[in-house]
Amino acid sequence: MSDEEDDIILSELDDEELVQQMFDDLYDGLKEEIEEGVNILLERDWAPYRILTEALVGGMTIVGKDFRDGILFVPEVLLAANAMKGGMAILKPLLAETGAPRVGKMVIGTVKGDIHDIGKNLVSMMMEGAGFEVVDLGINNPVESYMEALEAEEPDILGMSALLTTTMPYMKVVIDTMVEQGKRDDYIVLVGGAPLNEEFGKAIGADAYCRDAAVAVETAKEFVSRKHNQLAG
Amino acid sequence: MADTPNLLSDLLAKRDWLLADGATGTNLFDMGLMSGDAPELWNVDAPDKIRALYRGAVDAGSDLFLTNSFGANASRLKLHDAQDRVQELNRIAAELGREVADSAGRPVVVAGSVGPTGEIMEPVGSLSHSAAVEMFHEQAEGLKAGGADVLWVETISAPEEFRAAAEAFALAGMDWCGTMSFDTAGRTMMGVTAADMVALVQGLPNPPLAFGANCGTGASDLLRTLLSFGAQSPEIPMISKGNAGIPKYVDGHIHYDGTPDLMADYAVLARDCGAKIIGGCCGTKPEHLRAMREALETRPANGTPTLEQIVEALGPFTSDSDGSGEATPTRKRRRRRA
Repeated sequence: MSDEEDDIILSELDDEELVQQMFDDLYDGLKEEIEEGVNILLERDWAPYRILTEALVGGMTIVGKDFRDGILFVPEVLLAANAMKGGMAILKPLLAETGAPRVGKMVIGTVKGDIHDIGKNLVSMMMEGAGFEVVDLGINNPVESYMEALEAEEPDILGMSALLTTTMPYMKVVIDTMVEQGKRDDYIVLVGGAPLNEEFGKAIGADAYCRDAAVAVETAKEFVSRKHNQLAG
Repeated sequence: MADTPNLLSDLLAKRDWLLADGATGTNLFDMGLMSGDAPELWNVDAPDKIRALYRGAVDAGSDLFLTNSFGANASRLKLHDAQDRVQELNRIAAELGREVADSAGRPVVVAGSVGPTGEIMEPVGSLSHSAAVEMFHEQAEGLKAGGADVLWVETISAPEEFRAAAEAFALAGMDWCGTMSFDTAGRTMMGVTAADMVALVQGLPNPPLAFGANCGTGASDLLRTLLSFGAQSPEIPMISKGNAGIPKYVDGHIHYDGTPDLMADYAVLARDCGAKIIGGCCGTKPEHLRAMREALETRPANGTPTLEQIVEALGPFTSDSDGSGEATPTRKRRRRRA
């Protein structure tokens, strides 16, 4: 029975079938197949931006929804994101060349004392998957590294992650420093991590708490478009 | 498995329930721990505060407490440039515990706390099984040298990491207990269901003395997990360590909204759900433990509660189910590759 299924030949599928197959392959975390699919679409003269949004972001949106709904869990999502990354590596230089629209930019990092980067990595990958530029500061970030990165990268969004009750209050240290330096309102601040909740996010002065990576992407999009509207108005 | 029979096995055989301890982080914050700092360094730098932490639980009636060594593995200590101090920090965590337990005037178990490495294991991540075993073994030897009665691995999400800890504890020749955190739609972050965990612990070559759930989301969710464990008729006693409500940020500190009364209800319900070792996790202070002890001693067993009774007593669940059902994916799949 698996013989027939092994025989899917991506290059023989028409565009629509191929994109559908890429959705499945992303869902299953098949990196090589995704890379192959991206290359085939490029050969068929698809614009890099169209491949990103219709094939990759489209597929990751399904992964994100099933993660949010408790159908997929972290291991599956990491594999899917890894496959996505394979496709992105091919598209990234081409996107830069073609001047594709930029959705926004985010600086993200896990706070001081905290080594956990699973959630943060998921958010990074999903944000990239949604077309954001992401600067990942890694784990164990003191307030100084956040401030330096904000200065150097000029992002729209600052994302902070913490997985421990002993480290989550450190987010407030960072936000308070931003306030002291008069920079708080220059950025959208999103926070996330297992022990957090919406109320905590509000209490420390973040713009929003994001329950998971899928929510982070939705929230980021919403805030960035709101910010753009304000600037336009 | 272990070299000598230990105090916990003895108490489990004699008693209907045992009261474990409460939070470590919450109580140390109250003593001035700064966010982002490693609590384990206080074993050496502020031993009186660690003694006070342990004594707080013992004086409130705990039969068992966990050592201040949750993050004392090489991977976590590296953040504080203390990766070379694993043996020392664990040994002293247990020695301080021994001192407090031995002066309690009644049998009190010192359980050597072992938390997750914080890394993702192969094949999804990069931490190999042998490297994880080595890290847990190093920590286990330190806790053993300091006189811990048993080892206690907690807040685990990945089955691979749970297995690695079990193997390390066998190498150290120690009896142990183990809990996982069910915080994602009724499962662990890595997708382990309550039933999966029962199969996991019972399939180990050195099964734990007791197993269960800790932390996660609210106390209601934790009890639902216990009921799901119970549905598998596990042969090993169950542990329940739930959070004292939901974290709130008040005046620069994390405050949990669970009152001592709520935790007293939780403790009795946990016992009625079949848990034999009952304690709290984040937010649980000595005043909560005192109320829990009193409730366990005075309120009679009342039969296994229903989900509705749990919600009525402790508040709503944070997810729809215990995660055991087959959820429906967003989209119908096409063909599946082999």
